[in-house]
Amino acid sequence: MIQLVSFYIFASIVIASAAMVIFARNPVHSVLWLIVAFFNAAGLMVLIGAEFIAMLLVIVYVGAVAVLFLFVVMMLDIDFAELRAGFVKNVPLGLLLAVVLAAELVLGIGAYQAGAVALGTPEAGAATVSAAVPNIEAIGGLLYSKYVFMFETAGLILLVAMVGAIVLTHRKSHGTRGQSISSQVQRRPEDATRNVNQPVGQGIEL
Amino acid sequence: MIGIEHYLVVSSILFVMGVLGIFLNRKNVIIILMAIELILLAVNINLVAFSVFLGDLTGQIFAMFVLTVAAGEAAIGLAILVIYFRGRGTIAVDDVNRMKG
Repeated sequence: MIQLVSFYIFASIVIASAAMVIFARNPVHSVLWLIVAFFNAAGLMVLIGAEFIAMLLVIVYVGAVAVLFLFVVMMLDIDFAELRAGFVKNVPLGLLLAVVLAAELVLGIGAYQAGAVALGTPEAGAATVSAAVPNIEAIGGLLYSKYVFMFETAGLILLVAMVGAIVLTHRKSHGTRGQSISSQVQRRPEDATRNVNQPVGQGIEL
Repeated sequence: MIGIEHYLVVSSILFVMGVLGIFLNRKNVIIILMAIELILLAVNINLVAFSVFLGDLTGQIFAMFVLTVAAGEAAIGLAILVIYFRGRGTIAVDDVNRMKG
């Protein structure tokens, strides 16, 4: 019972905040509603026992992606009123498409509920869920054994994204003196220093 | 008790919301990126729900990879947005025709 009640709370907040994301006038508010949506989606996942993905959702989406969005929205000086100019004009087409898409999805779910489609069972070699092993432990065991190469590929994707974002937004600044690593490395002691046997009582020549 | 249909309904609504958001805010690329995040969230809910109700952990592993790609996509998308804004002073993307493609 409590599960059902919390499911409906989480689900309704997710959907309401998703609506606010796309209808909010101010993009900063959109980002904040997006954070609400992610938190409640994480709640939905905790409800069925997928704790690891839920926590990952909070850390990655709320902690990184939403903050990134906030930074960009606040950093750029954008006239948002002008960007909303075509909003009303786009409503009919958008609603039509949304209704068609929703009807198709309802059709699919209805077909499943009518019993025409079976959910199926995991194959013999599949990683089954057991109540004895915690979710995080089971995912860790699977991630570092069967899916280790995909895990490394995911790391590679993140590396490429990081390098790409830096390369795209990096600006060479003029007027500042940067570090020249090659000239630093090429510098030898004999070019830079000089040994003198300085006689007593004479000034030093620089 | 909660069945898989509940989760499928939530994720379908979320998916449709994301698509609607892309269509309604055709000029504002920031909202478009957020709508894409909503779509990916719907996909993740779907993957996790099927994973749990089938009793197969692979869906949760794949949800993690979807999360990775979503994070990378957001970073690259916002970087492109920043350089686009630097060049044109606006982020209206409905008339992007500089490359005449």
